[in-house]
Amino acid sequence: MTPNRYPYYPGCSAKGVGRAYEESLLAVFERLGAGLDELDDWNCCGATAWPSVDDEQALALSARNLALSEERAPGADPVDLVAACSGCYRALVKSEQALAEPGPTSTRLGGALASIGLTYEGRARVRHPLDILVNEIGLDAIRDAVVRPLDGLRVASYYGCLLVRPFASFDDQWNPTSMDRLVSALGAEPVEWPLKTRCCGGSCYCGGPVIGVMPEATMQLSYALLREATERGAEMMVTVCPLCQFNLEGFQGRMTRRFGHPLDLPVAFVSQLVGVALGIDEGRLGIRRLLRWRLPDREPIAVGATAPAQGDRDA
Amino acid sequence: MSVAVRAPERDAIAPLEAAGSTALARERVVPAPRGGPRKRWRPVTDQSKFEAQLDLGFADEIAAEVQGGERLHSCIQCGTCSSVCPLSAYMDLTPRRLIAMSRAGARDEVLHSFSPWVCTSCYACTVECPKRVPITEIMHALRRISMREVTYPRRFVTPVMTQTFVDTIRRRGRSTESWISLKLYLKTRPSELLRNAFVGSRLVLRGRLSLRRESIRRREDLRTMLEAMER
Repeated sequence: MTPNRYPYYPGCSAKGVGRAYEESLLAVFERLGAGLDELDDWNCCGATAWPSVDDEQALALSARNLALSEERAPGADPVDLVAACSGCYRALVKSEQALAEPGPTSTRLGGALASIGLTYEGRARVRHPLDILVNEIGLDAIRDAVVRPLDGLRVASYYGCLLVRPFASFDDQWNPTSMDRLVSALGAEPVEWPLKTRCCGGSCYCGGPVIGVMPEATMQLSYALLREATERGAEMMVTVCPLCQFNLEGFQGRMTRRFGHPLDLPVAFVSQLVGVALGIDEGRLGIRRLLRWRLPDREPIAVGATAPAQGDRDA
Repeated sequence: MSVAVRAPERDAIAPLEAAGSTALARERVVPAPRGGPRKRWRPVTDQSKFEAQLDLGFADEIAAEVQGGERLHSCIQCGTCSSVCPLSAYMDLTPRRLIAMSRAGARDEVLHSFSPWVCTSCYACTVECPKRVPITEIMHALRRISMREVTYPRRFVTPVMTQTFVDTIRRRGRSTESWISLKLYLKTRPSELLRNAFVGSRLVLRGRLSLRRESIRRREDLRTMLEAMER
């Protein structure tokens, strides 16, 4: 176990709709002997909206965050900046690569940073919390820390788009497995399904997840994911992106009415599931913030039995 | 021909495929914005252009905007991008056609297309492209050009969203989901506000949607930095 503290970049969604993600991440990292310190005065990553207006300015936004993370850790050691949201992760990695590549762009970025008294030395590396959990803290350490095994809970891991695309930093682009390995370390049973990285349409809600930019398109995309996971026997879906989580969780009632196929699949953040298995109090994991949540009873579940419709209130 | 046979459910993917043929096809008209530039139906002969009307430098113009954009010229029109794109069914020009038309120089049609604004930037096309054409980045470049030349579909939600989002960040350094959503609803389709009020209120009850506006402390820093990038 690494007694390490990481600078942490939450992103705007982790302060809003994805608040449960931040709460559970902080609790889980602390329990595992690592810590997350929020980057002071971080700014928005620009998401995919800013590149639609000005590409280089979007890179500069993330460059400031990278430089800030170096500023708070003086020395020569590399700095692992943990970016929680998949969208931010992509933006930060893109900026990191642009800064690393000598050329007019990195010169301009360096100049822009210098104009506000910051520098980027190339020490900051962008990491994803999933990467840290699986590859730094390690699955063995997590397995040892489990106090409440999940007893074969069938979990479909949904990775979403921007975690593995376009940069395959720590997992396979076509069939990522890190989240599946993580949930099996908790005693759960990962569900094999092919839509792990298919777009959920959450970006159609981008900028404010209560927006139906293209409601019909979004519902079609999320419906395919939810139904596929349900039919393969998943009892829960876990994800690492605040946009995906809300998008998949929030409109199941509407999708049921639209497509005439009952959907009731709890969608949680993987960090919440880790927290439950580590025995952390549900209040600290933001469980009550979810729109639907239930862990099946400890009795073995009969194959083919339909789960009782429990409504979508908190369990 | 009266076929009243219900398609058997082959597997869980079936609804997706079925959707691709019928439901999605119906939806294709829906993204057309109210009050936006309507595309009038014209006989095909009218749409053909004389070569002199084409802008043959358009592909290079796009390529200059994107790192690795020159690979646009090596596109083999295999259609992988259009087939992996989860949203191509909603696009007026599929990614493959968009690239073909860009290379042919159909500048006007490409810049007035909805497709770049329908793209969710999931990068499936970029990863799958056998010729490594950075298609998603090209979509972003097309958005930039059509923003500059004001050819984007008026009152379609995505351009409005982009502008609202960027303006907010420029001023405050962070976005607040509730405010951006609210503004966007009011600017584009206020009726949707009511439709989503239930989900919204549940989020408020769970502390996931707050009206407190997020901001960074050193806003002038951000402004200085962005200005430095403009020069």
